[in-house]
Amino acid sequence: MKSFVFPEFQIIRDEEKCGQCRGCERQCAFGTHTYDPVADRLVSDDYKCVGCQRCVVFCPKDAIVVRPSPSYYRPNASWSREKLEDLKKQAETGGVILTGSGNDKPFCIYWDHIVLNASQVTNPSIDPLREPMELRTFLGAKPDVMDITFKDHEVKINTKLSPNIMVETPILFSAMSYGAISYNAFRALAMAARKSGTFFNTGEGGLPREMREEFGKYAIAQVASGRYGIDAEYLNCAAAIEIKVGQGAKPGIGGHLPGEKVSATVARTRMIPQGTDAISPAPHHDIYSIEDLSMLITALKEATNYEKPISVKIAAVHNFAAIASGIVRAGADIIAIDGLRGGTGAAPKVIRDNVGIPIELAISSLDRRLRGEGIRNRCSIIAAGGIRCSADVIKAIALGADAVYIGSAALIAMGCTLCQKCYTDKCNWGICTQDPRLSGRLNTDIASQRLSNLIAAWSHEIAEMLGGMGINALESLRGNRDHLRGVGLHEWELDVLGIKGAGE
Amino acid sequence: MCKTVPMDANVAEIDATDLQTKELNDLLREMMLSGIKKVNIRNVCGQRYIGTRLYTPERLTMDIDIFGTPGNDLAAFLFGHKITVHGNAQDGVGNTMDAGEVVVFGRAGDILGFSMRGGEIYVRDNCGYRTALHMKEYDNKRPVLVIGGRAQDFLGEYMAGGIVIILDLQGLTHQSNFIGTGMHGGVIYLRGSVNSNQVGNQVAVSPIDESDRSVLDHYVSRFLERFPEVGKNKDEIMNHSFVRLTPKSKRPYNKLYTY
Repeated sequence: MKSFVFPEFQIIRDEEKCGQCRGCERQCAFGTHTYDPVADRLVSDDYKCVGCQRCVVFCPKDAIVVRPSPSYYRPNASWSREKLEDLKKQAETGGVILTGSGNDKPFCIYWDHIVLNASQVTNPSIDPLREPMELRTFLGAKPDVMDITFKDHEVKINTKLSPNIMVETPILFSAMSYGAISYNAFRALAMAARKSGTFFNTGEGGLPREMREEFGKYAIAQVASGRYGIDAEYLNCAAAIEIKVGQGAKPGIGGHLPGEKVSATVARTRMIPQGTDAISPAPHHDIYSIEDLSMLITALKEATNYEKPISVKIAAVHNFAAIASGIVRAGADIIAIDGLRGGTGAAPKVIRDNVGIPIELAISSLDRRLRGEGIRNRCSIIAAGGIRCSADVIKAIALGADAVYIGSAALIAMGCTLCQKCYTDKCNWGICTQDPRLSGRLNTDIASQRLSNLIAAWSHEIAEMLGGMGINALESLRGNRDHLRGVGLHEWELDVLGIKGAGE
Repeated sequence: MCKTVPMDANVAEIDATDLQTKELNDLLREMMLSGIKKVNIRNVCGQRYIGTRLYTPERLTMDIDIFGTPGNDLAAFLFGHKITVHGNAQDGVGNTMDAGEVVVFGRAGDILGFSMRGGEIYVRDNCGYRTALHMKEYDNKRPVLVIGGRAQDFLGEYMAGGIVIILDLQGLTHQSNFIGTGMHGGVIYLRGSVNSNQVGNQVAVSPIDESDRSVLDHYVSRFLERFPEVGKNKDEIMNHSFVRLTPKSKRPYNKLYTY
């Protein structure tokens, strides 16, 4: 059937600059560029271009520009180009539209409507270049009461403490499985977590055996509905365990790693046969209630001898705060909430773009709910889904989070351009593919350096902003909404966020 | 309150009458680490996760005999031990089990063998709903589940590997529905027959061949070794019709999407 969809991108090649080196041809796994030996020139097929900009960056002569196609339908506020084209694709195939990365629709980004405070004259600001700034954070349940005795200058804690994990900075790498991302990308995250004093999350694809000893202690081992790659050794080698109930990009639905991406090594790590679809059911079929969840939490604590904190990751949806309260009461030590703009390797677009609530509102309502019930100390909150810069991190913490997960931001640090074609196994940046020709493009040393640079840069910025507010420990900012003000928000939004309007 | 009687250096007895789940599992772990190879637990009444906290990097193993009714998630994440239940078991037996053996002299509850990836489970009587859900296999790991009675609905849903054998020794016929919905690996053998409306769209029902018969022969023998009291010999069981349920495709949903 002839497709009525026209190209998303237009490729402009400067023939004067082009040296016919055919680099662009080699760089593009989608087959966009081909060499015409008769004319001795490169030709490009706009239809194949996904706009990932790989050829642009790697063209030694800067001869290529890739830009959104200037062709358009008659402008129509209701029928946007995307709506028209998605509809045409579905009329041509009868399929569910699949996409990658996070929600790209213009929902209100509350981070950009919240401003931070700074000290002026009174309560002087602190210079983080000279003063110690405490970003270290402990994640896990804290006791209701601490029983401490002082004797002979010795401090003794009599309360039995729950296991916690320590991060040097409140930024962790979000769950991205080996299978969804390449081995090199996965390993780069692990290496950067070790270097930066933080953790990476294995996602639901297991942890390759040869990485367990070296990187297990920097790993949060995920347990998802497909139970891929899970055995007692996997659980015990990790620093913490996370039960994945939901994901911000696709709340309420399962996952589906297509058979193309289940290579021999991915299969071994996931503990499934090669080439088979790895289907994660929508719910955990052993969890149909809070009581059942409590059972899995306890089973995992039993399986790891009560030595590791257990996190439960849920998507932020309408009534999630009440559910989160149940999750804390079920014994979770950490709650990870993933908001509307959370990323994914593959999700139906209709789900990604329409289900869930923004993370900013979610953090605030969860923190308030747990405080109101007097159980906030019993869990830590990790916020995920749409954290783009250090200001987002510090605002998340002031709204009540203990730490944040970054997924898309980490991928961007490694080279990702959010072209949203993660599910095709053709990632030209070598990140989201199992094709050895492509994944070999990602050098683990360089990629992990880029990641740890990012963490270092954001940590410096967080320290600067904290110092500016006259605060020298992140702990003092947690849930401290007095340091936030809203700009351009409605009354109800300010109420949900628990912040005043600017100038108030 | 820990009532234990070491019988000799390798065998111990636990009276679980007043023990909470965690206390019982504390004891079991302590015993395994101290070198005990076999434990009899008496008066078990609902204690959960028995066998779950027995992982060691050295892969120590222990035989556990349970007298009474163990609670949910018996043998969850089991890593090579042998557990025998002299009584009925509740829900979640063998949840995400990796290796070892569970034998139940009675019935088992729901989600038996959920996501199980290795080892063997034998249940003398019936089992509940969602049995062998998302059971899977890889390399040389192939889980096996043999049920003497019948299973309820959703047997083998999302099944991705392994062998499930439902013997229906009483000949009451299989009544369960939604068998193998979403199945994309492994095999289910049912003694007797099944109607097409009882199985999921992704399932192919076929008669057994010689290689199936040798698989069945092997596991029926092992079943009878464990449960001689069912009072049937192997020929009696095998001289009966069987059907084989396998997935039509390893990739049931690959036509669902468009880009």
